Amino acid sequence: MAKATIVLHSGDFDKVYSALIIGNGALAMGMDCSIYFTFWGLQRLRLGALSKGHISKMHMMGLGKWFMKRKMKQANVASLEKLMKDFKELGGKIIACDMTMEVMGIKKEDLDQSLITEYGAVGTYIREARESDITLFI
Amino acid sequence: MDELCVNCVRETCPIPLIETRKAINAATKGQIIEVTGTHPASKKEIPMAVKAMKLKLLSVDEKDGVWKIKIQK
Repeated sequence: MAKATIVLHSGDFDKVYSALIIGNGALAMGMDCSIYFTFWGLQRLRLGALSKGHISKMHMMGLGKWFMKRKMKQANVASLEKLMKDFKELGGKIIACDMTMEVMGIKKEDLDQSLITEYGAVGTYIREARESDITLFI
Repeated sequence: MDELCVNCVRETCPIPLIETRKAINAATKGQIIEVTGTHPASKKEIPMAVKAMKLKLLSVDEKDGVWKIKIQK
């Protein structure tokens, strides 16, 4: 089956949105999809941290994010938690980067186990990416 | 066989696509799925998804800003 493989290196609120929207879009259009959470992206897999990232521009100590969230609510945009739930329900895979865990001293119990499909490193990514039709680095 | 109805009125991208996909997964072969919504991009993109998944697009209708898309699994 056609496949999309996404590396989420950023932990920014808006970029996590990009990854989950594209991921869900791929699944919805009949593809398989994996998202690799690495470096700052991995922080978003900590318990309760999925939507805790800053916005990548004009964060302004949280004011920009507050404003953006308000606008998103008005436009009826789904929450990251809902998009993550849908992504899992449609069969998407969430891969947590082993190496980042080591570098940043993150333990498995710090991460939300209900979200993670498997743990992997670059080899896992390449194995999947080489047979993917789409691969993105966010 | 009953039609499977999906209501995505007021939902924005990518929810109509996601909900359509869930319904396609839940449907049995040959069953008809009717998706109703208001998001303009989804009206174009749900047919793209149907084509990509090699399913049958039966109809696309719009009235007063509300569209209905019928798909056969």
